Amino acid sequence: MKRLLNALTVFLFITNISCAQFGETYVREDKNIVTPSEINYDLELVHEKDGIIWAIEFFEDNSILATIKSGELIHFKNGEEVYIKGLPDIYLRGQGGLMDIEFHPNFNENKLLYMSYAFEKEEGKGGSTNIARAELINDSLINFQVLYEATQGSRKGQHFGGRLEFDDKGFLYFSIGDRGNRDVNPQNLKLDGGKIYRIKEDGTIPDDNPFIDVDDAKKAIYSYGHRNPQGMFKHPITGEIWTNEHGPKGGDEINIIQKGLNYGWPEITYGINYSGTTITKNKSLPNMEQPLYYWIPSIAPSCFEYITSNRYEDWRGSLLAGALKFKYLERIVLEKNKVVYREKIAEDLGRPRDVKESKDGYIYVSIENKGIYKIVPKL
Amino acid sequence: MRYLLIFFFPFFVFSQIDSLEISIENGRLLYDDFCVRCHLPNGKGEIGIIPPLAESDFLYKHMEESIKALKFGGIDGEIIVNGVKYNSRMEKMGLYDDEIADVMNYILNSWGNKSDKIITEEYVKKLKK
Repeated sequence: MKRLLNALTVFLFITNISCAQFGETYVREDKNIVTPSEINYDLELVHEKDGIIWAIEFFEDNSILATIKSGELIHFKNGEEVYIKGLPDIYLRGQGGLMDIEFHPNFNENKLLYMSYAFEKEEGKGGSTNIARAELINDSLINFQVLYEATQGSRKGQHFGGRLEFDDKGFLYFSIGDRGNRDVNPQNLKLDGGKIYRIKEDGTIPDDNPFIDVDDAKKAIYSYGHRNPQGMFKHPITGEIWTNEHGPKGGDEINIIQKGLNYGWPEITYGINYSGTTITKNKSLPNMEQPLYYWIPSIAPSCFEYITSNRYEDWRGSLLAGALKFKYLERIVLEKNKVVYREKIAEDLGRPRDVKESKDGYIYVSIENKGIYKIVPKL
Repeated sequence: MRYLLIFFFPFFVFSQIDSLEISIENGRLLYDDFCVRCHLPNGKGEIGIIPPLAESDFLYKHMEESIKALKFGGIDGEIIVNGVKYNSRMEKMGLYDDEIADVMNYILNSWGNKSDKIITEEYVKKLKK
C-alpha cells in the first residue's frame, strides 16, 4: 500500500510538472474532491455587491459588516448599505488593500473593531501590512489606533496576509505574508513578513511571546516560515489557532499554529514554482513543522471556518475553506486531525473571499463581484 | 542642418528601441507580479472567465479602453474577445502610470503579439476615466 502511495505521489508530481511546462491553459482538476450527488441547501444572495468582499463579520442582530478590498467598510442593514466613515489611508496595490475585520470578543460593550490593511508609509516606497483598531460608533471609526506596523515597505503586489483572530485568552493573532520576498523574510525573525503574530488587544506584546528574549527579533512574532496565510479560525473545542495558507503551485497548507515553531517556508514545501521549476527538493527538515494537510493541486485558499452549527445535518465539526482557484468552498472532514473527506460546496458560484458562521448558525460566503450569499438548508 | 539630422537620426532611433526594450523588461517583471496568476504565463487567460491577452482581437480594437481598464480597474459589463464572452471585472492593481506603460509594452510584444505603437507614461497619464 505504501509503495502504491509513493508511486502515486511520484506520478502526481510528474504530471504536475509536465502541465506547467506546456503552460497551463486550463485549471487542472482536483480528482480527490467529491462532488455531492445531492445538494441539500440553497444559495440565497442576501447582498449584491461588486468588488472583492474580503471579510465579513456579524453584529448581534446578524446584520453584516463587510470590507471591500478597494477601501470601503459597509454595514448591510435592512437592505441598505451604510458606508462607515473614518477609514485610514489604504495602499491599493496588487493583493493589498483593506483586508480583514474582527470584532473584539466584548464588542457589544466596548465597540472595538480590529482591522488589517495595506499601508504605504512613504510615497513611492511601497506598502506593508498594518493592524489597527477603532471604536465603531454611529457608523464612524473613532479613536483610531495603529497596533502593529510591519516594516520593509515593498512595491511588490503579493502576500500581504491580513487575517485576524482572537483566542480564548483575548490575544489577537494576525498573519502577514512573505511580501513576495521569500528568500529574505519568512526565516528571519528580525524582519516582518511570512509570520503569524500575537499581540494583546491594546497592541502590546504578551510577556510569554516566544521570541521576547531574542535580540532584535520582532517580539510580536508567534510562528514563522509561512508564505501567505489568509484563512484563520479559532478551534471551538481546543482553542487553537488554525490557518490555511497559499503555497506555491501544489503547496497550499493547513497548519495548527503553535508557539515559536517554524513552518518551513521556503526551506521545505510540497509545491513548485508557478513556472514549474523547483523551489527546494526538501519536503521535510529537522525543526520544521509538517502541515496538517497540503493540497495538490493548489486551490488558492482564501478563508477558513469551523462549522459549529447544527443546521446542516452532518456538517457540524467539519471545516470550510474557500478555493479561489476552483471557485467553490471545500468542506473538509477530519478524523483525529487527519483529512479523511473533502467535498465541493457552492460549486461554480464564483471566487469565495470569506466564509463565516453567523450568530444564529447560518453559513455566509462572500463571492467576488457578486455579493454575500447565505447557505440555507433545504427543509 | 541636414548633416546634423543624418548624424543624429540613428541615435534617436536606437535610443527609442533601447527604451522600448527596457520598458518591455520592466513590464515582464510587473506582469509576473500582478497579472500572471489570472492571465497565465502564456497570456491565454481562461476561456470564458479570464480574457486572453495573447492575440486578443479586443485588445487591438479597443486599445485605449484596455489601458483605461488597467489604470482605473476593469471594464463594466460584457465584452467579447476572440468570439468568446467575458464578464468578470478586473480589480484595480494600483500600478503607476509608467508601470502601466511598461506592462502594456510587454503584453503588446509577447506571445505572438506585435505592435508598432509604443505606450508611454505621458500617454497613460493623459487618460481620463
